[in-house]
Amino acid sequence: MKFIDHTKVLQKMKPRLAANLVFKFVFMAATAFALLVLGILLYRVITQGIGYLDWQFLQGLPSRNPEQAGVKTALIGTIWLMGVVTPVTLLLGVGTAIYLEEYAKKNKFTSFIQVNISNLAGVPSIVFGLLGLTVFVRALSLGTSVLAAGLTMSLLVLPIIIVSAQEAIRAVPKELREASYGMGATKWQTILRVVMPAAIPGILTGGILALSRAIGETAPLVVLGLPLFLAFLPKSVFDMFTVLPMQIYNWTGRPQEEFHAVAAAGIMVLLTMLIIMNSIAVFIRNKFTRRY
Amino acid sequence: MAIQETSKHVSIKELIEKKKQSKNKYIRSEKIVPFILLLTAIISVLTTIGIVATLLAETFTFFTHVSITEFFTSQKWYPFSETQGSFGILPLISGTLKVALIAAIVAVPIGLASAVFLSEYASDRTRRIVKPILEVLAGIPTIVYGFFALTFVTPILRDIIPALEIFNALSPGIVIGIMITPMIASLSEDAMSSVPKAMREGAYALGATKLEVAMKIVIPAAISGIIASIVLAVSRAIGETMIVAVAGGSTPNLSWDVTSSIQTMTAYIVQVSQGDAGYGTTIYYSIYAVGFTLFIFTLLMNLLAQFISKRFREEY
Repeated sequence: MKFIDHTKVLQKMKPRLAANLVFKFVFMAATAFALLVLGILLYRVITQGIGYLDWQFLQGLPSRNPEQAGVKTALIGTIWLMGVVTPVTLLLGVGTAIYLEEYAKKNKFTSFIQVNISNLAGVPSIVFGLLGLTVFVRALSLGTSVLAAGLTMSLLVLPIIIVSAQEAIRAVPKELREASYGMGATKWQTILRVVMPAAIPGILTGGILALSRAIGETAPLVVLGLPLFLAFLPKSVFDMFTVLPMQIYNWTGRPQEEFHAVAAAGIMVLLTMLIIMNSIAVFIRNKFTRRY
Repeated sequence: MAIQETSKHVSIKELIEKKKQSKNKYIRSEKIVPFILLLTAIISVLTTIGIVATLLAETFTFFTHVSITEFFTSQKWYPFSETQGSFGILPLISGTLKVALIAAIVAVPIGLASAVFLSEYASDRTRRIVKPILEVLAGIPTIVYGFFALTFVTPILRDIIPALEIFNALSPGIVIGIMITPMIASLSEDAMSSVPKAMREGAYALGATKLEVAMKIVIPAAISGIIASIVLAVSRAIGETMIVAVAGGSTPNLSWDVTSSIQTMTAYIVQVSQGDAGYGTTIYYSIYAVGFTLFIFTLLMNLLAQFISKRFREEY
């Protein structure tokens, strides 16, 4: 008795293989589409902006005349912002990660903190702007200063660095800790001198990714009320300032074609900064991460 | 000799004392450090409490100016009127959902197809090249996407659909879709990759093609992760601000028309923040009420995603 009808199987085989081939190309095309969009986006920005991108653009102050407009105040402002966000997020993020991974007992409070962090990562950035507006700008009366914006951005990117620091600390093998305890080291000595050095590449990579998120964000800063147009540089963290994305937003919103080209040049400066930071992150990850 | 012995004796005693003191120092820092670290961990909890408290307090003040029934049932959002503004959130919600829906229509098929390609068809080398590029796409600042929507996508769409206004729901919707595609692709690919190899090989041994394995084995097994990724991406689309602020316009209206100018909840907050709405006015408080509504929307979706990925996960 034959259980398999070979003619029928052969008959069905052809459309099945054809469908497989067709869908393979459909799936491939979808993936290629995503890459193509990235290509078009970069091509458009570069062809539009390259004419305006020169030394004078980097040195120039904002201007009503597109030929003279520059990003100096915005670029310096972005660097000031990084100067506040970096220490605050590293301190808070790594501290939280060490607490959760090394000290926290497995109880409801700990899992509450953990759930809270993952929910915080899903809150829209503009809501952080509302928090910053109430707490830092109004209640602590910091105004639209570097400090107020920096603290708001720090809270926004905190979940990113906490999660990556936790992963980095978790990846340090138990044997290293136990060897350290065996030599008579205390818990904190072990964390500081054994766990941290081993986890630092992962922490730095996460830190750079968090920072690049912070310098690309616009929405919370608009809510804080950062000026779109500023012709002087901040002298301390209590001064008013503006950043690259705000400046790009301002130029994009203008009706004149020329300002769109200036915006494209600004985008090139911003993307170059982000590419450099991401390259450093990839370099650290590949060069210093040890597998145990 | 005797003198030497006593001095030796004393020095050992001193050593022990010294050791004890330094040990005390260590013990002290051992006790203080976890406390300091706990304080840093509590900052993240305080952030959440701060967000909820801020939004609640200011929204409460808003409702002393405007009645709750008007806020939820009025079909007009027209706050900048000289005499009597109208605060009905429905037009803003409709604008937000319209954009999110268009984004999902763009992102779900492309994202899932990319995920299937990367997880089932692509070689290891292709995957190692393509995945980081997709992550780059996800890391581009949203203001850049906004610029792209206004200066590239809108003009092309206007060539195809002449009736399209300069500011519309279609263009930012499509661009947000492009923005969240990598998120769906990457998270769904993770879910598909974690389906055990043995299941695929069982199907191949029975003569299934790659397409059949992907559709009938891998996707059903990874469905909880896939749906969770879609819900998370849509939540991201709802909270997206700069793309709609740049390309969506600022005319709230309650309709299904995608060709005319709209306003989303996020774009309204941006519009007010840029204007000169004085501190303490009804308009100032209205951004908190809108922000609170937005917060509730995204929070519910994030909780839904967590629930789906936990409740419906298939364990192997």
